[in-house]
Amino acid sequence: MRGAQLLATASLQAVNQDPARSFQGLILTLQQFWAAQGCVILQPYDMEVGAGTFHPATTLRALGPKPWNAAYVQPSRRPKDGRYGENPNRLQHYYQFQVILKPSPPDIQDLYLRSLAAIGIDAGLHDIRFVEDDWESPTLGAWGLGWECWCDGMEVSQFTYFQQVAGFECAPVAGELTYGLERLAMYVQGVDNVYDLNFNGRDGDGKVTYGDVFLQAEQEYSRHNFEHADTAMLFEQFKMAEAACRRYLDAGWDAQRKHHRMALPAYDQCIKASHVFNLLDARGVISVTERQSYILRVRELAKACGEAWLATAGGGAA
Amino acid sequence: MPDLLLELFSEEIPARMQAKAADDLKKLVTDRLVDAGLVYDGARAFVTPRRLALTVQGVPAKQPDVREEKKGPRVGAPEQAIAGFLKAAGLASIDQAKVQPDKKGDFYVAVIQKSGRPAIDVIAEILPDVIRHFPWPKAMRWGAASASPGALQWVRPLHAVVATFGPETEEPDVVRFSIDGVSSGNVTYGHRFLAPDAITVRHIHDYEEKLARAKVVLDPARRQDIILHDAKDLAFAQGFELVEDAGLLAEAAGLVEWPVVLMGSFDRDFLAIPDEVIRATIRNNQKCFVVRDPKTGKLANKFIMVANIEASDGGKAIVGGNERVIRARLADAKFFYDTDLKTRLEDRLPKFEGIVFHEKLGTQAARIARIVALAGQLADIVGADRAKAERAAQLCKADLLTEVVGEFPETQGLMGRYYAEAQGEDEAVAHAIEDHYRPKGPDDLVPSDPVSVAVALADKLDTLVGFWAIDEKPTGSKDPYALRRAALGVIRIILDNKLRLNLSKLTAAHSAVVAGPRHDGGESNLLAFFADRLKVQLREQGARHDLVDAVFALAGQDDLTLIVRRVEALAQFLDTDDGKNLLAGVKRAANILRIEEKKDGRSYSGETSSALLEAPEEKALAAAITLAKVEASAAVAKEDFAAAMSAMAKLRPHVDAFFDKVTVNVTDSPNAKALRENRLRLLNEIREATRAVADFSRIEG
Repeated sequence: MRGAQLLATASLQAVNQDPARSFQGLILTLQQFWAAQGCVILQPYDMEVGAGTFHPATTLRALGPKPWNAAYVQPSRRPKDGRYGENPNRLQHYYQFQVILKPSPPDIQDLYLRSLAAIGIDAGLHDIRFVEDDWESPTLGAWGLGWECWCDGMEVSQFTYFQQVAGFECAPVAGELTYGLERLAMYVQGVDNVYDLNFNGRDGDGKVTYGDVFLQAEQEYSRHNFEHADTAMLFEQFKMAEAACRRYLDAGWDAQRKHHRMALPAYDQCIKASHVFNLLDARGVISVTERQSYILRVRELAKACGEAWLATAGGGAA
Repeated sequence: MPDLLLELFSEEIPARMQAKAADDLKKLVTDRLVDAGLVYDGARAFVTPRRLALTVQGVPAKQPDVREEKKGPRVGAPEQAIAGFLKAAGLASIDQAKVQPDKKGDFYVAVIQKSGRPAIDVIAEILPDVIRHFPWPKAMRWGAASASPGALQWVRPLHAVVATFGPETEEPDVVRFSIDGVSSGNVTYGHRFLAPDAITVRHIHDYEEKLARAKVVLDPARRQDIILHDAKDLAFAQGFELVEDAGLLAEAAGLVEWPVVLMGSFDRDFLAIPDEVIRATIRNNQKCFVVRDPKTGKLANKFIMVANIEASDGGKAIVGGNERVIRARLADAKFFYDTDLKTRLEDRLPKFEGIVFHEKLGTQAARIARIVALAGQLADIVGADRAKAERAAQLCKADLLTEVVGEFPETQGLMGRYYAEAQGEDEAVAHAIEDHYRPKGPDDLVPSDPVSVAVALADKLDTLVGFWAIDEKPTGSKDPYALRRAALGVIRIILDNKLRLNLSKLTAAHSAVVAGPRHDGGESNLLAFFADRLKVQLREQGARHDLVDAVFALAGQDDLTLIVRRVEALAQFLDTDDGKNLLAGVKRAANILRIEEKKDGRSYSGETSSALLEAPEEKALAAAITLAKVEASAAVAKEDFAAAMSAMAKLRPHVDAFFDKVTVNVTDSPNAKALRENRLRLLNEIREATRAVADFSRIEG
């Protein structure tokens, strides 16, 4: 009896984790795969960010000489992409699976292809392609060269060799892989509407879909992002985050300006400013000319944080 | 003689950079070979997404020997000078130098014999240098080596280098070098998925052959052929016709090593979207071809993709996947299109008040208002319905604010026409919205409907006058606002439609509108720019640029249609004997005048006095000039330039006879001074008379 129950649990687990049948199974498989390659499996950063790149485990750890291999899921918020839950492909909140490998290993492309095989994408059956896509983040002062990775004509990942982050040369260069999890899941599950994704891998009454989990949130946040977000408060928050970032940066430097002791808290404020800007942008209260100057202000913060990080132990300062 | 084989094996090279990279590699390596005295028979470069390859045939095995003489100091020169010479020439002692006499004495001469080095050693120095300094548009660092300054940069990580050198009939040697940890060898790899194993290669022939067996078509032209041929076949087999697209073909061939062409389809309902939008969606986002029904010329609900593998299921999964993506993309496009249709074009206009066209030229709304005003004026001139021209001008930029144009900027104008038609605009207005950007290039159609003509001219003239007013003119190769193209567009529209415009009046008036108080008369300058562009245009059509100059030099020439007709008549005239001789006579008259006027320090303009005309030839000439002037100006007034030229032709015998029989610098007459002056005035009259048709002094020959 006991044995049978265990067996049932084990097979259930196998079903739940099949990346072709469940969203969470896809995530778990990627985590397993990258854990086996020696990556630190981190948890999402506990702040609102626009992309997995903003996680300090990528932005800051990409700087400095120390090797660093990590993988994590990052919920990403793009307020402008909200569609009130009515578009089958667009979300204002979605998941990215992020891998950062520093220095970029010589077999990074093969590792990536093997990770696709692990989630059930067979390179003998599917047309996998590396199509030029140079990446640039004006707010992070970062750029890199790489590709969009296509599977049968669909972009399933971004692949970037970071050349510069926060205005500093990456030495050595890190390789960054970003999987768009919903898209990838839609592909392997054969589903055309994101809200139809099977989340937990169960059938019948036990099945939970992506829509069950997120549809209401998409509707509510779309209302918030486009109609109700308190812009007066947000403008204030932007200024406060910017000032706090500067203050923490100033306070963190030692007398010789050789070592920094508060790069991470300062960077949090930079992330905050960036997200607040995205919200203001979605509300349409920032004009075209102002937009550029806000981006520049965030970039200045990112650069100053990068400089501070390079003066910490994590950044390789002696 | 030996051949060189080079392959640089890397991660995927962007398709758009491949062709130039192949050309650059060939040029850089072969130039260096020639510089090193290694003159080769032939070279070819190849490129795939993962490799850049070069073969150079018939390279000598060894550099030629060279003998060089180096002149040194005088015999008996200070010791320091001699020591320096020995060092520079690489001699151990001065005994090794020859002594040669010179005008100034005996000099030391070092004879340096350099025997040529083996070519393989020279190549081993050239290749790493070429690789290190390769002109990629964007290069990157990677891996552990990127921690050090000066790390190798390549377009994407470089993994292996094949470099072999030797005669075709023998086992070649590896050209040994190493660059940032990548050592040259004779091993490459096949197709990433179909045949990833290592392959040992020797020469270009077995290299190309072995790669083909390993599912790599090395030659990009061959890959293009395969794709084009298979795509046409696939389309034909289903009763369709491929919509050919050279740019897309090159790109598709740059994304695969082993092209496999497949066909997919999409829901017929999407055919409600304009063909151009379907095509842009499928082409730009998915890099797939579209096909049309040859009977209707309309797109079919099919598309053609180029895969990089022979899939184990025959391509079913690949087609299925691409169909899903294209379905989603077309659903987006349809959504955009349907959304756009819900807003009338005029309702979008207020937004332009918040969009800056150019910092110094105000908002888009202000620009549109100017175009409307100008199109209205032009409508009267070109015979268009004024209200329609103004309406079209009002709406011509509105599609810039639509979703579809936001997504696919190349559909601007075209979408404006579709939306205008959908909201029931007049057909001429709708077409003018599309055609006002025309001609977009030398091969593009020139608008001919009067409403389109008025708006197309207004748009371009406003751009030109505007940028002239703020002094943003094109310089050298820099023309960020495409002003040359705009000017050429104006010229072609005017000439093709035989329009009669006073450009200087128009541009002056519009300049005041654009620049207001800052108006500084820069438009005369703009007219010279038109003259330059017209010259370029006429020269391309085979006309002589000096004739254009000769016509432009006349005062008040701003009517391009007349100018061209004048130039044509002038060219025909100068092809006749009368024309050639008259030109010679006029030039002779002008020469004499120039010399005499310089000598006397005064000019000889003004009427000749008939009382002072003595010789019958000069009397005849004076009479002929008067007659020719009257006839020519009457002909010019009627715009009959051939008749004006004929009137000029009548001058010719009289000019010839005058120079034959009459002496200008009279000395043997009591009235010599007055006669001479009068004759010089007569010469001036010849010059003046011919100005009715052209400034002959600007004509060459």
